[in-house]
Amino acid sequence: MRLSCPLCGPRDRREFYYYGSDDYLNRPHSDPQADASSGGWSDAWEDYLHLRDNPAGRLRDLWYHEGGCGAWLAVTRDTSTHQVFDVALVVDLKGKAGS
Amino acid sequence: MRVVNKGQIDRSRPIGFSFDGRNHVGFAGDTLASALLANGQRLVGRSFKYHRPRGLWSAGSEEPNALVTARQIPNQRATMLELYDGLAAESQNRWPSLRWDVLSINDAFAPFLGAGFYYKTFMWPRAFWEGLYEPLIRRAAGLGKLPRSHDTGRYEKAYAFCDLLVVGAGPAGLMAALVAGRAGANVIVADEDARMGGRLNAETIQIDGQPGDQWAAGILAELASLPNVRLMPRTTVTGAYDGGTYGALERVGHHVAAPGADLPLECFWRIVARRCILAAGAIERGIAFANNDRPGIMAASAVRAYLNRWGVAAGRSVAVWGNNDDAWRTAQDLAAAGVRVAAMLDSRADPARAKGPHDFPVFTGTQVVGSRGRHGLEGLQIRDPKGTRMLACDCLAVSGGWNPTLHLSCHMNDRPVWREDIAGFVPKPGAVPGMSVVGAANGTMDTTACLAEGARAAQDCLKDLGMAGVDVDLPQADDGRFDISPLWVVAGQGRAWLDFQNDVTVKDVQQAARENFASVEHMKRYTTQGMAPDQGKNSNMAALAVLADATGRGIPETGTTTYRPPFVPVAIAAMGAGGRGKGFAPERFMTSHLPTVERGAPMIEAGLWYRPSYFPRPGETTWQQSCDREVRAVRTAVGVADVSTLGKIDIQGPDAAAFLDFVYINRFSTLKPGRVRYGLMLREDGHVLDDGTTARLAPDHFVMTTTTAAAGLVMRHLEFVHQALCPQFDVRFISVTEQWAQFAIAGPKVTRSSQQPARDAPV
Repeated sequence: MRLSCPLCGPRDRREFYYYGSDDYLNRPHSDPQADASSGGWSDAWEDYLHLRDNPAGRLRDLWYHEGGCGAWLAVTRDTSTHQVFDVALVVDLKGKAGS
Repeated sequence: MRVVNKGQIDRSRPIGFSFDGRNHVGFAGDTLASALLANGQRLVGRSFKYHRPRGLWSAGSEEPNALVTARQIPNQRATMLELYDGLAAESQNRWPSLRWDVLSINDAFAPFLGAGFYYKTFMWPRAFWEGLYEPLIRRAAGLGKLPRSHDTGRYEKAYAFCDLLVVGAGPAGLMAALVAGRAGANVIVADEDARMGGRLNAETIQIDGQPGDQWAAGILAELASLPNVRLMPRTTVTGAYDGGTYGALERVGHHVAAPGADLPLECFWRIVARRCILAAGAIERGIAFANNDRPGIMAASAVRAYLNRWGVAAGRSVAVWGNNDDAWRTAQDLAAAGVRVAAMLDSRADPARAKGPHDFPVFTGTQVVGSRGRHGLEGLQIRDPKGTRMLACDCLAVSGGWNPTLHLSCHMNDRPVWREDIAGFVPKPGAVPGMSVVGAANGTMDTTACLAEGARAAQDCLKDLGMAGVDVDLPQADDGRFDISPLWVVAGQGRAWLDFQNDVTVKDVQQAARENFASVEHMKRYTTQGMAPDQGKNSNMAALAVLADATGRGIPETGTTTYRPPFVPVAIAAMGAGGRGKGFAPERFMTSHLPTVERGAPMIEAGLWYRPSYFPRPGETTWQQSCDREVRAVRTAVGVADVSTLGKIDIQGPDAAAFLDFVYINRFSTLKPGRVRYGLMLREDGHVLDDGTTARLAPDHFVMTTTTAAAGLVMRHLEFVHQALCPQFDVRFISVTEQWAQFAIAGPKVTRSSQQPARDAPV
């Protein structure tokens, strides 16, 4: 398997560390006032930490180019055919959303 | 025996070798198989389960019977072992000798040993299985034995990248490589044979008026002259993987009489190719009939290959039997070379090929129903519309048609599709992204069409790659059309063998169907059909046909078993090359490693690092004496430890302090420059990730330490936090684990001045 790092180009899978689905990109917002009453817990946090889809098909997951540039990547691929549709830099996705 | 004026061997270079301790002579260019056949050695192995005498079946990597041990490596196919001076090969699975094998008694018990025998018989008592039954069965059945010692052979691994990988250097592959090579593409041509050219080396086909092998040699010479083409003979492409990655096994040193210390036996390649053309040819299959496993009964294409390529007649009087036009080539080539053809038998009632004069007796509408000969074929029982009679011969060349070698096209989980006209499965187009299949591997059975198909596929690949195509003249070959009328099994008295390597008979497959192991995958596991080193390359198709018949389904509905890599057996030593001993993992040494080792400290591993356990002093005999002394020193005076193995991360930027407040549970923005603070770091789910101290060197400059084992983990985490959770922070960090040495100095007598010698020490 090969992944095309937006910074380094196509590389062997073994250069990358696999982290799982991209749910970790969507950290729930912390509300200090609500957290005080619930002990910081909410359904959103439950989902974020424990619930993962396991689709036979299209999935976006996170990979870290550990043996390369150190970039975190969001890879959209098909889990049944292994076809890779898109590789994006996490910092681009989050930078846009955050700014 | 050798045939004069035939073959591509070098008769001026005789080569001495031995088989089971007996000395023989072959020639340069021989394989062990061709040399054994030339020396009249027909019996080459004993079968897996019944210890039946077996001879050569094929001339290629699919060989099921001729498995030998050489250089302590078991299960090597004699057909793939090139002859070298002093080659000492031993047959397998026999005792005391190949000819007189005690366990051939198993064959007499065959009626009790059919499919499912073990499952039904050794059920009780349960505890006996592991201790008694299994070891006994394993000793009786089997292939070669692994040596008890370590494999000391040298293996290598390597990587390659190319625009186009051509798998197989037969007519289709060579044309593909020629077109792509002339167009300037980066081409790798891999072929498992030592001599490239595929079937052209084994046939008498003419291409553009030239003998096929000479035409191939000309093309190969041009390819070798192109700097953008790499020819890899002796290289079997073993698997197709995601993203255009291919595994390939190159046999580098097996054929060398005395390989130097630097020469590996094998090299495992990982080849990344933008496009691939699979031109792996096809494998001839047999026809199952009673006692069709006697030495001397061979694939017709193999008999032809031994004759045309190695100048060896597989018998003194050869009968040829087939259900297709291809078999006739064997009879023609043998007769033309002066080898006696006992008869040409065609199972078809009225084949077009039978018309016209022939140099040998022809019988049509004829089937072989039985054979005799204890250690080798002596005669056949044949049946035609007029009745049954005996035909004396010592070799039968049999052809049941060809199975396209499409394995690689199925490695990404697609199944092949059935083609009625050639009675075989062909690859599903687009089954492996970036791969096109051409030639016989694609079910194209005449050479002219193979040549054209290879050229066209290469032009298509060039277009895909954005490169300009080139004009080439398409060569013309003189072989005719291929006609076949399927025939899988002939009924008769006695066992008809499908899988020679695993001793599976037609009856076994029928029994599996009767006991409701009707799915092809269940049948395979119940009968062990197709499980041995050849993975059913010779027999799966026929077993499938028998199963289809027994279950009342068609062959396409029955389907094939799953094709999985590797295409040929690959030694673990080759795949894991370099991973033995010190090569298993990198070693990381502290600043004080050398003086530490010089002081006799026993080293222990901490991740990839090596750290001292304790520093023994003269007179101390146990580890505890040393440790007690060291602990006492720290408690009462001063102790120094090299802690350079701790991970260190240099963190800089205006937002460095805010970033550390985010990743640690405690606050670092309040830390004063020049001071150090302990911090605890959590994962997203709240579990502890790591702890350590972080020093603030300047308002916007920190050095974080991590535990030894978690240095990489923390770095990865920091990158994630920065890129995914707070990309707005202006902060940069880099690992400086190997740039800084670290010493812990502890004890009641530590003062600033007592630390000074450590600070001034040369590192």
